Amino acid sequence: MAFLSENAQKHLANRHRKSRLFALLCAIVTWSSVFLLGVLLVRITLDGIGWLNWNFLTSFPSRFPAQAGIKSALAGTLWLIVMIAFISIPVGVSAALYLEEFSKRGRLDTLIEVNIANLSGVPSIVYGILGLAIFVRFFGLERSLISGALTMSLLIVPVIIIASREAIKTVPMSIRYAALSLGATRWQTTWSHVLPSAFPGIMTGVILALSRAIGETAPLILIGAASYVAFLPKGPMDSFTALPIQIYGWASRPQAEFSELAAAGILVLLAVLLLMNATAIFIRNKTEKRLK
Amino acid sequence: MALAEFVDATTEKKQTTEAVLELQEVSVLYSGKAAVKKVSCTIWRNRITAIIGPSGCGKSTLLRSLNRMNDFVDGVTIEGQILFAGQNLYGEAVDPVEVRRRIGMVFQKPNPFPKSIYNNISWGPSINGYSGSMDELVERSLQQAALWEEVKDRLQESALNLSGGQQQRLCIARALAMEPQVLLMDEPCSALDPISTAHIEDLMFELQSRYTMVIVTHNMQQAARVSDYTAFMEMGNLIEFGETDQIFTRPEKKRTEEYVTGRFG
Repeated sequence: MAFLSENAQKHLANRHRKSRLFALLCAIVTWSSVFLLGVLLVRITLDGIGWLNWNFLTSFPSRFPAQAGIKSALAGTLWLIVMIAFISIPVGVSAALYLEEFSKRGRLDTLIEVNIANLSGVPSIVYGILGLAIFVRFFGLERSLISGALTMSLLIVPVIIIASREAIKTVPMSIRYAALSLGATRWQTTWSHVLPSAFPGIMTGVILALSRAIGETAPLILIGAASYVAFLPKGPMDSFTALPIQIYGWASRPQAEFSELAAAGILVLLAVLLLMNATAIFIRNKTEKRLK
Repeated sequence: MALAEFVDATTEKKQTTEAVLELQEVSVLYSGKAAVKKVSCTIWRNRITAIIGPSGCGKSTLLRSLNRMNDFVDGVTIEGQILFAGQNLYGEAVDPVEVRRRIGMVFQKPNPFPKSIYNNISWGPSINGYSGSMDELVERSLQQAALWEEVKDRLQESALNLSGGQQQRLCIARALAMEPQVLLMDEPCSALDPISTAHIEDLMFELQSRYTMVIVTHNMQQAARVSDYTAFMEMGNLIEFGETDQIFTRPEKKRTEEYVTGRFG
């Protein structure tokens, strides 16, 4: 091109080269992690798919691999999801609403904010120790579903708070002003306008947090989820096991059959996770459409 | 005869005025820095008062202090008194929610709720315990805002599908549904095209018989066209306040003259 001097052209070509190089680098990094995930998935599927059948889903664990199933663990995980949701969503969303909509940003609020950010980075095993000390021992809730759900809620409430705050922040101030200028109170404004507008974002954060909770193993081991449970929990006070615990139990056995059972268990866990994420996306799209 | 009628009408108009809002040495400070400095003036019933002035002169800040919308800004303090029906808006016993219910506001950018047209209108009255027929109120408000004919067949559609000018008229209708005593408008036409602007200005003429309006505007022609009284502000000071005719034809202050004749700003 004749627009630029020879020197400037060389310089420009050099800049384009750098740009392409960086794009290539990013692509390599991205695809290598996808590739690793793919290898992992393929191996687990190959190992576990043979064991994955209706019997596997509807049988209790057993010493004999051929009769072993995942019924009690799957039931335990489903119980946990529901209970964790009931505990952590109200607490987390309320805290986020308080911090975003009601607090006066005093020194105490800053302290709370810093603490929440820190809590979301605490390793899960520490929450397990906390749960063991407080819920299992101090409150005497024993090694029950409720202890597990409370402990897991502690773990994910900071995550829910942070995600919900981000969602609430994206609601334009002009909507709040519109409501307030009509003589609405803070609460009426929040309930009728801020919360519905932030709902899709909050839902996404909540489901991601719940997904994290059902994949966690360490806190459950600490508070004493059993690895061999041959009955279904009937209430929140019953003892329980969960999918990651069952998988961990099988994977630590020497026989090859059990490690294949663990692979099948992982497939079930992945299916539950995918189902939850799909639900989140479905709900988000649906509510977003309604708002637009 | 036509002239005599016109004179009668204007003298009558002047005679029936009574004060709705009285500003007494009102200052608005952001973290101690004054954005509005000791402004005193009177807003008259069923009149349109325009506040003009260059950007950053404090006109929007002053407007927002009239229905306590400044309460939501961190670090804001108000000095002086704003009397509304004889009561100081910033008095101890006054509930700001009640103030905003009686003094409505229309904002610079149309900000309809992401809900249906119907619900945009009905939400305000319903949270304030309106007990009459909601359908009638919605129709009446939309008619007052000259929007009814355009939307009567799609009240359940999202308000966000309306054009910018329609959205702004919806926001006016939403404010009117509360039957406020005063309607504050913060540059209501600055985001609109000339045709939509003309619509809103016509609407203000229509509403004048029932409402007291205060409008902040960048546009001097608009102030000259729609308002009865004009306040000219610069750097937080109220330079001049008077009848619009007088401000635009025989301003007392040199600075006002320079501004309205377009020598600066």
